[in-house]
Amino acid sequence: MNLTALTIGQARERLRRKDFTARELAEAYIKAMEAARPLNVYLVETPDRALAAAAQSDARLQKGSALPLDGVPVAVKDLFCTDGIETTAGSKILGGFVPPYESTITANLWRNGALMLGKVNLDEFAMGSATITSARGPTENPWRRKGDNRPLVPGGSSGGSASAVAARAALAATGTDTGGSIRQPASFCGIVGLKPTYGRCSRWGIVAFASSLDQAGPMTRDVRDAAIMLHAMAGHDPKDSTSAPLPVPDFEQAVGQSIKGLRIGIPKEYRLDGMPKEIETLWQRGIDWIKSAGATTVDISLKMTKYALATYYIIAPAEASSNLARYDGVRFGLRVPGETLDAMYENTRGQGFGAEVRRRVLIGTYVLSAGYYDAYYLKAQKVRTLIARDFNEAFKSCDAILTPTAPSAAFAVGEKMDDPIAMYLNDVFTVPVNLAGLPGISVPAGLSQDGLPLGLQVIGKAFDEETVLRVAGVLEDAAKFGALPAFVAGTA
Amino acid sequence: MALDKATVARIAALARIKVPAAEIDSLAEELSKILTWVEQLNEIDVTGVEPMTAVAHARPPLREDTVTDGGIRDKVLANAPETTGGFFVVPKVVE
Amino acid sequence: MTALIKGRTGEWEVVIGLEVHAQVISNAKLFSGAATDFGAEPNTQVSFVDAAFPGMLPVLNRFCVEQAVKTGLGLDAEIHLQSVFDRKNYFYADLPAGYQISQFSRPVVGKGSIALDVPDGTTRAIGITRVHLEQDAGKSLHDQHPSKTYVDLNRAGVALMEIVSEPDLRTAEEAGAYLRKLRSILRYLGTCDANMEEGNLRCDCNVSVRKPGGKLGTRCEIKNVNSVRFVMQAIEYEARRQIEVIEEGGAVVQETRLFDSGKGVTRAMRTKEESHDYRYFPDPDLLPLTLDAAWVERLKASLPELPDAKKARFMRDYKLSASQASALVAEQETADEFEKLQGRVAKVVLISPSTTANTVINVVSFIAGERGMTPAQFIRMNDVHGALILQQKNVISGRMLKEVLEGVAESTKSAEAFVDEKGLKQVTDTGAIEAAIDAVLAKEPAKVAEYRAGKEKLLAFFVGQIMKATQGKANPALVNELLKKKLAG
Repeated sequence: MNLTALTIGQARERLRRKDFTARELAEAYIKAMEAARPLNVYLVETPDRALAAAAQSDARLQKGSALPLDGVPVAVKDLFCTDGIETTAGSKILGGFVPPYESTITANLWRNGALMLGKVNLDEFAMGSATITSARGPTENPWRRKGDNRPLVPGGSSGGSASAVAARAALAATGTDTGGSIRQPASFCGIVGLKPTYGRCSRWGIVAFASSLDQAGPMTRDVRDAAIMLHAMAGHDPKDSTSAPLPVPDFEQAVGQSIKGLRIGIPKEYRLDGMPKEIETLWQRGIDWIKSAGATTVDISLKMTKYALATYYIIAPAEASSNLARYDGVRFGLRVPGETLDAMYENTRGQGFGAEVRRRVLIGTYVLSAGYYDAYYLKAQKVRTLIARDFNEAFKSCDAILTPTAPSAAFAVGEKMDDPIAMYLNDVFTVPVNLAGLPGISVPAGLSQDGLPLGLQVIGKAFDEETVLRVAGVLEDAAKFGALPAFVAGTA
Repeated sequence: MALDKATVARIAALARIKVPAAEIDSLAEELSKILTWVEQLNEIDVTGVEPMTAVAHARPPLREDTVTDGGIRDKVLANAPETTGGFFVVPKVVE
Repeated sequence: MTALIKGRTGEWEVVIGLEVHAQVISNAKLFSGAATDFGAEPNTQVSFVDAAFPGMLPVLNRFCVEQAVKTGLGLDAEIHLQSVFDRKNYFYADLPAGYQISQFSRPVVGKGSIALDVPDGTTRAIGITRVHLEQDAGKSLHDQHPSKTYVDLNRAGVALMEIVSEPDLRTAEEAGAYLRKLRSILRYLGTCDANMEEGNLRCDCNVSVRKPGGKLGTRCEIKNVNSVRFVMQAIEYEARRQIEVIEEGGAVVQETRLFDSGKGVTRAMRTKEESHDYRYFPDPDLLPLTLDAAWVERLKASLPELPDAKKARFMRDYKLSASQASALVAEQETADEFEKLQGRVAKVVLISPSTTANTVINVVSFIAGERGMTPAQFIRMNDVHGALILQQKNVISGRMLKEVLEGVAESTKSAEAFVDEKGLKQVTDTGAIEAAIDAVLAKEPAKVAEYRAGKEKLLAFFVGQIMKATQGKANPALVNELLKKKLAG
């Protein structure tokens, strides 16, 4: 029985049927976690914790009082603070930091019975689209191009999470998405990645990158699993002032529902010049699937789309420059000595931050500085209003929006590396969604010519994850994406 | 916007990040490229548009004025590189 | 009324603005649930939010907002129903996040004013520019070790109100009066203890000089002055320093300075503070603060009677002078105890409020001060009303009042019991007084002759001798009347 081949939905049913125990499932994943080491996915492995939690899950399963995620082995992006377990955000500057508290998201998961396999790799401080900026080295995508052995990037910044789920070295993973960091790696690795509406999930205990954009979300094998995970993760948190005081709907019941009569918007501005033909083709296939399922498509215009990246690359670095000021060698993490306090700060941060983080902190500092605030930051926040307005307008004539997730399939380590801006363009389809605070999901929809996964993105109205999941379920059914990556860690 | 070395040095000082002299030139070039790229926003007319500060929801939650935290000195100090007698320790600052 | 300073090249006008940081009275901090008590062991009142650990987020304390709005209302200021929290970014050892959550572009309170009492009985309005809420920083101890600084974050995150005055003050005395008045208002409102010695009221002074009618000069900021006396000294020194710089042909450099209270001088801070670029931007972890107009109105209606209003009422209803009323209302408790005292005594015997006021201001304050108490505490603990009643009934003389109060403070007796025990009843028996007068005059025949020859001021000498002879118990009015009669022959 290949336990690691099961989805959460399937494992849930069979655990209750007592086909196998939570301990057996955990052991299978612990083996897979070890097998995945060549990919550099896990930064910290916590098999003992996983087994201890599995034992508790088994006790409840025995009694018939199982929790929604009992027995589910989860990989946690190393951006979530986990009590007593080192959390580094992929950075030297947080090396050795052991949080004395648990993030709300992971606490919610453990309270629902899930177990932690370990902490997985990410771009440093979540800044990146390829998981190549981590102080602990790059993570590999378990997929390879047909007939090409070069390692590929898993996307980023939640590349470790995506790689773990794709390689079956975790049943699910937590990710965070600020400009696409859940959806784009999901697309690159052929899995489902869901970024909920801003405020749906608490940010408390997650190392902050850009406060008005960051959102945690699930990364899973299929759409149903994403709904199950989101239900456990989401909910109002009074410790987070930006957390929405709204009840959590039953997301799972949306999966499998018909989309007859729904109107799906197709934004013309997402058809980029020079977009690879196969992306265009995939998008068209998605449109056809939508129509076959009884929904209609509507042409919509999101006029400000082309300015979204520039807007994002002003706002996100600005907020990051302030959020990262606390990494100063005084209370936790790396300290590089200095003669004076300022020298200590400069040495610590100079050596503790990687090149991409340094770039963004400096850009952020600049765009907030005297004389430039109006021209850059204030302007960008106004353009952001216009971007949000675009979506509001569009949602008057449609219920959800369909676009490709990324402008390409996964690329090789070494490609696109010399120019930061080329790397930023990876997020062109995902970034507007964060700026508007809307929910978005990536569903694996097909393969590229090289045999690499390509994802389709569904964007919904604020707090309407249910419609997003509904449409995503339909796409998933139609796509029948069953391909496996070149490397599968889970075999048991 | 093209940034010169002096500006990069000033920004790096503001951000308390030491940039080795050998890296300032290439850093200035990278930053300049990025800033020039984001300046495409200059094309947009934003007259009468309010800046978006927070996405959604109306009022900030307000806490009751009760003491619910603190008294956890050991945990607060546990990760610090240097402490003494309950204090954090840093190189001396002269005012 | 501007008091100008005479320099070598003529007269100079001093322009002063004060920025006061007032620690808000609250149980917990502005954005975290840690306690705000003074004097706790280092880092024992610190939450992970206060220490800016990764992933920590601020949540606003409702009561702190209320305190700030009350303060604004007490300063007759406009309340902004919409305000925003901004981050003020800079690096320092006692600022864990590398930014302070403050309010920059849109504070919760706007323009208001404070009335200063001018000696001639009028008032002068000093403008308030704004009041905003912000986090306090922790404390850095630089003197514990030769090469290290120790950091205590207990104070980090405590709510402060920054109260900014318009540059309307013109003298060090006015600055002192402004601080005392502000302090009084804050204590009446219960929004700040305003105790500069304990550090819950700190003052930054902005000082510049100009020739009268000229444009504003370059100003220097003197940071963190922690007593009213030092504020006045610092301003005096700084004004003269700037005048001297200019008269010697130089220009005042805009800088931040510290007041060295030991030497009585201001000096520039040693760390070259590049004019700070704080990179203010709205804090994305917080939403804009929206206040309900009806709630503000309810708050306004619930405010206590403030010093100015109480002073006006005391002058109007009790017929007190401006200076008597001012002295009583400076501390709310003193004013309250005065009114209660007046009421209690007046029920029993005729007494003018002025008499009660003077008793409180002159006698009670002195005796209480000697015992390390406030006048209000003294009145609550001792039978002051009993003593006053005895005075008004002429049982004891006015001079005897102080002795009686001191005695009552030492014992636990009522005034009446104490007077009985010590036999302090005033002597009003004319026979006894005449006898005492006769005895004194008989002893000083030479002086009597001098008096009769015209040296009238010897009357006081005779009175003094008679009072000594009667252990101070003779009724002074009777002594005077009878003495004059006898001296006249």
